[in-house]
Amino acid sequence: MDLKIDALTHHYGPTEVLADINLEIPTGRIICVVGPSGCGKSTLLRFVGGLERPSEGQVLQLSEPPADSLNPFTFVFQDFALLPWRTVDGNVRLVLEDHGLGKPEMDRIVLDVLKRTKLADFADALPKNLSGGMKQRVAIARALAVRPAVWLMDEPLSALDAQTRELLMDDLVGLWQLQPFTAVYVTHNLAEAVRLGHRIVVLSRRPGKIRKIIDIDMPLEDRAAGNASLTKIEQELWHLMRDEAEAADQELIT
Amino acid sequence: MSQPVPYRGGGFRPKRIRGLGLLVFIALLLIAEWGTRAGWITNLTLPRPSDVIRTLWDLAVSGMLWTHLGPSLGRLTVGAFFGAGVGVLVGVAIGLSSMMRAAMVPLVAALFPIPKIALLPLFVIWFGIDEMSKYALIAFGTFTPTVVATYGAVDNVDRTLIKMGQSFGLSRISIIRKIVLPGAMPGILSGLRISLAIAIILLTAAEMIGAEYGIGAYILQAGALYDLERLFAGVTILSVLGVTLSFVLGRVEGRVLRWRI
Repeated sequence: MDLKIDALTHHYGPTEVLADINLEIPTGRIICVVGPSGCGKSTLLRFVGGLERPSEGQVLQLSEPPADSLNPFTFVFQDFALLPWRTVDGNVRLVLEDHGLGKPEMDRIVLDVLKRTKLADFADALPKNLSGGMKQRVAIARALAVRPAVWLMDEPLSALDAQTRELLMDDLVGLWQLQPFTAVYVTHNLAEAVRLGHRIVVLSRRPGKIRKIIDIDMPLEDRAAGNASLTKIEQELWHLMRDEAEAADQELIT
Repeated sequence: MSQPVPYRGGGFRPKRIRGLGLLVFIALLLIAEWGTRAGWITNLTLPRPSDVIRTLWDLAVSGMLWTHLGPSLGRLTVGAFFGAGVGVLVGVAIGLSSMMRAAMVPLVAALFPIPKIALLPLFVIWFGIDEMSKYALIAFGTFTPTVVATYGAVDNVDRTLIKMGQSFGLSRISIIRKIVLPGAMPGILSGLRISLAIAIILLTAAEMIGAEYGIGAYILQAGALYDLERLFAGVTILSVLGVTLSFVLGRVEGRVLRWRI
């Protein structure tokens, strides 16, 4: 499903957080949104997912979502957002229960997504017993279960340590290769952006405007950590953001 | 010079020590027994623990224990059930609806500090001298603390979990049933601990007015006759009731809140 963000502007009271954002999100691509902290990138994601309403402008669906999608706009959150009182299995089941699927169909989906995220052996574990990486894999399995048309990923790897982040990036690439999905991926980590993004959107400091859009043609599977041309793009991005990040850091939070 | 770095950590972490609480009880009883036997505690100050235990035993053997305990447990169950039940419902409603919050929070704040015992005569006029007034008193007394604990617990449910529920298109009823209520359960249960203790206090007070049988009536009779053994026997029963309820609630917590760290 293609999406289009059309002249989107947003204020919180007198503060303008996003200004005139125009962006196309084509099917089957991962769009990474990067920017200094407080630039409104997570807010932008909430507009795309319909959790908040922008002051002006809109997010348009250019086509119908696929009929088999249970939840076309599906979030993956930074802090996992798993129910601590439900097991891995129960957390995935939660998002299927309201769809009247019947138990056999639900069992089939849960088993399938847990296999795809290498969690089949941990179906009965409670979140408190899982590592951060495992928790995020559960959240990814939960998202897979509803067959999203668009993945909305809000700094999904930011709460994880560097090694786990590498592993999960490989997992995400693997999942994308198996079945290319559409995603808007918000991050402040430039290395993640160049590893996973087909298109990288750089936002400026508040009020967030699009400063630059960079397309990376290299296929995801060829992008290893430390690849020379990726490093060059990463540096270019950092160059673009450095002053803004510094200024954002000096700002008082209002 | 070479010596180990001085250790400054440790402490501030409650450990579970089994049996110590029981030991304190037994030690106090033994001291009282010794004192009353040796004579440095007079019989008018404190009855002999062994006499109290004998009184309890007689009470149990004669069947009078159940005659008193039965009605008391009935009143406690009915009163606390309705008070806490309605309290949880109202508390959840306040937690979920701004309208209910604006309407009910000032009212609850106004009702909370009223000593419910002072209202007993009024309740007798409203509900009669029989069981109804006792149920009402206990229900009213448990209602307010339960409401306050419940809406506080609902307020403390992790908002990101609710946002997650909304982002997956869960129905409002599913969000309440599967996210809000389990998330509020720890707070509701700890509120229930307080409510049940208050229920026992009010039970005794209610039974001191117009009850033939019941632990409160038993204590009142004993007090009127300065029969300290029976008075202490009655107090012991209340105490045991409190400990039992707290133990049961602890078990329920352990089961319902197994997911907590």
